[in-house]
Amino acid sequence: MTNPNWEVVIGLETHAQLSTQSKIFSGAPTAFGAEPNSQASLVDLALPGVLPVLNRGAVERAIRFGLSVGATVNRRSIFARKNYFYPDLPKGYQISQYEIPVVSGGGITIEVGGVEKYVRLTRAHLEEDAGKSLHEDFHGMSGIDLNRAGTPLLEIVSEPDMRSSAEAVAYAKKLHELVQWIGICDGNMQEGSFRCDANVSVRRRGTETFGTRCEIKNLNSFRFLEQAIEYEVERQIELIEGGGRVVQETRLFDPDRVETRTMRSKEDAQDYRYFPDPDLLPLVIDDAWIARVGSEMPALPEVQRSRLVEVHGLSVQDAQALTASRATVDYFEAMLAALPGEAKLCANWLMGELSARLNREQIDLARAPIDAPQLAALLRRITDGTLSGKMAKDVFDAMWNGDGTADAVIAARGLAQISDAGAIAAIVDEVIAANPKSVEEFRAGKDKAFNALVGQVMKASKGKANPQQVTDLLRARLG
Amino acid sequence: MAKLARIRISDDEASRTLAQLNDIFAMIEQMRAVDTEGIEPMNHPLGGSQRLRDDVVTEHDRREAAMRNAPEHQDGLFLVPRVIE
Repeated sequence: MTNPNWEVVIGLETHAQLSTQSKIFSGAPTAFGAEPNSQASLVDLALPGVLPVLNRGAVERAIRFGLSVGATVNRRSIFARKNYFYPDLPKGYQISQYEIPVVSGGGITIEVGGVEKYVRLTRAHLEEDAGKSLHEDFHGMSGIDLNRAGTPLLEIVSEPDMRSSAEAVAYAKKLHELVQWIGICDGNMQEGSFRCDANVSVRRRGTETFGTRCEIKNLNSFRFLEQAIEYEVERQIELIEGGGRVVQETRLFDPDRVETRTMRSKEDAQDYRYFPDPDLLPLVIDDAWIARVGSEMPALPEVQRSRLVEVHGLSVQDAQALTASRATVDYFEAMLAALPGEAKLCANWLMGELSARLNREQIDLARAPIDAPQLAALLRRITDGTLSGKMAKDVFDAMWNGDGTADAVIAARGLAQISDAGAIAAIVDEVIAANPKSVEEFRAGKDKAFNALVGQVMKASKGKANPQQVTDLLRARLG
Repeated sequence: MAKLARIRISDDEASRTLAQLNDIFAMIEQMRAVDTEGIEPMNHPLGGSQRLRDDVVTEHDRREAAMRNAPEHQDGLFLVPRVIE
């Protein structure tokens, strides 16, 4: 959708709900879906005389984010009041950060169409969420649920570095992956845990200055983000080409009609009258704290990917699939720890048999009935020749259904593969003696007859003979 | 300014308030005359830094009590004059 005459400029503001147990300034729980107002404490209700006390867990998550994007974690940052009136904001102001945020700078590398691009971040700041207004009819009134009031958010602001909806989506997806990876946000977009505002403007190619921008609020899916930007770009270009002029304003995206429309124009743009919140002292983060958080951080996805390729010899595709989530790569690492040197086998089983089964039964990897050491123990019986691949799948099924460990299943069902050359030779000889016709045909040049003989041996061994050894021995005998 | 703060004031109050505001602006002008070059802005009159609390749930459901304080409520929701933005 690139237009030869126009360049698109996009910056994103993303609200990531931090995965703390309690709220940012109160000890009320943050669980989603509770009964209305059952998680609104005195602080969240803004009753007179209450004071906010900052949640260490929220700050720690902000530090984690700062470190993961190569940003500066400010040793001292300030909370400010953002003043506006709305019934779901009982204090009449939102506690946020304004002049000095907790995180400054940093950036994220995205890839679109095989081309890498670095998107700079302006800042990330801590703030509280507002409550929820319900406008269904309560005999002509609005209902207010303050459960969400005071939920910790990290607002992540990018520079206007993106030049297409595809880049904006790639950035949002990368950020979405990252916040989940480092364990600061559950990433649940349906529940509003991760939502984007897009600042969109257009300018004629070759122009230095930015065009007038519009902000599209509250995009809670990647598809809506893409659709909203594409619609907005078209709208602005048509407007300007038709002799009009873009007015700076806040717009809402209507997913049903796939269009954006004015929410409020600049004339009634809010004057938030920010000022430092006297209820909160400066947030001071010392070097030791940052160092400790850094030492506890998981390796980032791209670091993990290159390690899987370079150290474990996996393909880029395998590495990509294994790093789809932290849970997946953690599972893989745990398998590999129990079965060193068998990265490819572990990867194949994790992404093949196990993933297929999890998908089919709609189960999360974290709740898989077979854990990583158990699966590795099964694979060990392939590498040591006890089981063929086919037999291993049967054992896997049994393990899945709760029949115990791989070795327990093998013992209980007498499944161990026969790899003893003497035992196989005895069966081979029996089969040759019992099937003179097939032997005759094979000697006459019929390959099919050979397969029939292999089949007979496997049958005689109840499927337990090592197929490779059977083939080799038969050829030697019939030679 | 009254609109911004959502308060209703009479003309009489408005003129009195205007005089007071002008006094405040005069004071601000006086403060602005001071050379603050090289002085770090003070973000809080008290020294020290923000105390932090551990991320633990310590508050439990107080809805019934909160609802008793509300002029109108229904189904656990506070009711307010209809707002549509």
